[in-house]
Amino acid sequence: MNSTPRFAEDISLRIQELAGNLKIRDVMTRKVFAVTRTCTMRDVQAIMKSNAISGVPVVDDRHVIGLVSVNTIMNAYEQGWMQDPVAKHMTTGVRTLGEEQPLSFAMSAFSKFPYRRFPVVNQNNELTGMVTPRNINLALIQELSRQLDAIETESGRITPAATSENCIFSRIYRVARYDFETGGTAAAELREQLQARGVAPKIIRRAAVACYELEINIIAHSYGGTLTLYIDRELVRITANDFGPGIPDVDQAMTEGFSTASDWIRSQGFGAGMGLPNTKRLSDEFAIQSGVDMGTMVKSVINLNPQEKLSDENK
Amino acid sequence: MKTSELMFPGLQCVQLASRDAEITGGYTSDLLSDVMAHLKEGDALITIQAHKNTIAVASLTGASAVILCHGRTASPDMLEVAAKENIAVFVSSGSQYETTCALVEALRR
Repeated sequence: MNSTPRFAEDISLRIQELAGNLKIRDVMTRKVFAVTRTCTMRDVQAIMKSNAISGVPVVDDRHVIGLVSVNTIMNAYEQGWMQDPVAKHMTTGVRTLGEEQPLSFAMSAFSKFPYRRFPVVNQNNELTGMVTPRNINLALIQELSRQLDAIETESGRITPAATSENCIFSRIYRVARYDFETGGTAAAELREQLQARGVAPKIIRRAAVACYELEINIIAHSYGGTLTLYIDRELVRITANDFGPGIPDVDQAMTEGFSTASDWIRSQGFGAGMGLPNTKRLSDEFAIQSGVDMGTMVKSVINLNPQEKLSDENK
Repeated sequence: MKTSELMFPGLQCVQLASRDAEITGGYTSDLLSDVMAHLKEGDALITIQAHKNTIAVASLTGASAVILCHGRTASPDMLEVAAKENIAVFVSSGSQYETTCALVEALRR
């Protein structure tokens, strides 16, 4: 009867992986009822009632400046403020999510803050949607039910959802905070897989070191997360996804020598501020996204066909 | 020089490796990221980091051997991983500087 925890573990890993692959943009409600600062509390209450929604963002030229929730309305009703402009009573300093951020960031945000909805903004900081736990549940249930058959027929470990038919190998690894003991599990397996396929040692080293750096990053700097490996004939893709605390200044984190590591992490030989710059240098494609209190996602792609990259000799 | 031939005063082999790799040079550092960035395949890794992750890094980068300085004791689990990864481990009584000099000397002979 030990298949139940295994199954639960698989589901949980798959959800984490899904949450990393989907973007907030993919699940958010796009039809948003927003008001301007001069609208009255009563206007907002009418909008809420007729559209069955529980929170309305207040915008100024599409920029979110506040939020009115059912609570705010109830309070206004009690105090006799229903004719006041919303700007007077709205919640200010509203946290927003970026539409390009992975869904995992939204999940972290809901677990860390007491809010039940977040306005979603685009790169220009303009309101483009709203996200609630309901959006997330629906998206995940949809995605999971589509994959249920696959999960049931899999006997061994879990494979990521987003694999193409060219995929040769793919696996998701759970990486726990401060677990230096098992750090390198994914890197070791990646190396084995590439060796078995006769990939050039130089490229194997680049991929394995990039993978190891990303594993250590999750172990040393995050609350925990997952690392996903994907290999096909052309490339290796390593995706590291964690659930916070996020990097306040990504440019700074990409600077060699900058580190926030504790003395203990340093005593383990890590935290020299070289992990991310190393990984970027070793990668043919590199992307990082981070949200404070929400998480960090790093993608590293290494091409397996060296003739396509002239700069390989320098790596 | 093969790892089995490596010998200098104050050096003791604590883990043999059947593959008997060729030592072509050395890299001295206690920062594992730095090691991953700069160690060349065949280098012996000279360090004070006496734990499992050192072996993982040595293995990933193709180090020929690991030499622990200041007579640091390698933990049993470190040696276990070293055996599995087929990497020779030495303990040197000298500092990183002294050990590096001794290795240079040994490679010249």
